[in-house]
Amino acid sequence: MSERSTSTGPGRVLVAVYAIFALSATARSVVQIATDFGAAPLAYTLSAFAAAVYIAATVALARGIRPMAWTACAIEAVGVFTVGTISVVASEDFPDATVWSVYGQGYGYVPAVLPFLGLVWLWHTRESRE
Amino acid sequence: MAWVLTLMSLVIMAWASALSIRNRPVNDALFYAAAALEVAVVAVVIGGFIALGATDRSVDGITFVGYLITIVLVLPIGVAWGASDKSRWGTGVVVIAAFLVIVLSWRVVQIWQGTHV
Repeated sequence: MSERSTSTGPGRVLVAVYAIFALSATARSVVQIATDFGAAPLAYTLSAFAAAVYIAATVALARGIRPMAWTACAIEAVGVFTVGTISVVASEDFPDATVWSVYGQGYGYVPAVLPFLGLVWLWHTRESRE
Repeated sequence: MAWVLTLMSLVIMAWASALSIRNRPVNDALFYAAAALEVAVVAVVIGGFIALGATDRSVDGITFVGYLITIVLVLPIGVAWGASDKSRWGTGVVVIAAFLVIVLSWRVVQIWQGTHV
């Protein structure tokens, strides 16, 4: 048996949601860095990093590039909980928000759930050993 | 105007959800309904550009224009992406696209009023 496509069925919806976050994270970081990078360099650099990860995940899931999708979703899962925790514990280092701040609170906590949906989907569509 | 877009989007969300639950793909009627919503979106966006050009208040112009451009693109891309999958998930994408129109239209209102963070 061969691998199933990552961009059909539930994958359609997943790619759509990833595309939304790729767009909003990119737009947010471009505005932040272009207007006032000095105000919160750490948060704004993380914003740009998060945007790059979302773009990578969107492209990888849409095109079925599985190693890249696994990597992007894993980085995203680590990132949202690392940044989320740091932003709660050391909020003075985060004067301005990123997509991952407080586990994605500003985006309905979708960023905290999304990487796991991505990982589950990749596992579900993996090549069967039968 | 955001209320009009919200109501139309809610209708499309409910409709697309119903189709999704019944495992139906995007059909012609839903397509035309989404097209009607898109016409309303374009009308609001044109109104937004005119209002931005006419106002004396200081509005965050770049962000405002960015959101206006984005909201125009959401439905064409979302419906195209959804319609190319002939399962319940195709209409699921349309549900999300319509929801995004609601979110974006209220963000546009916030930016216009200068109440966004």
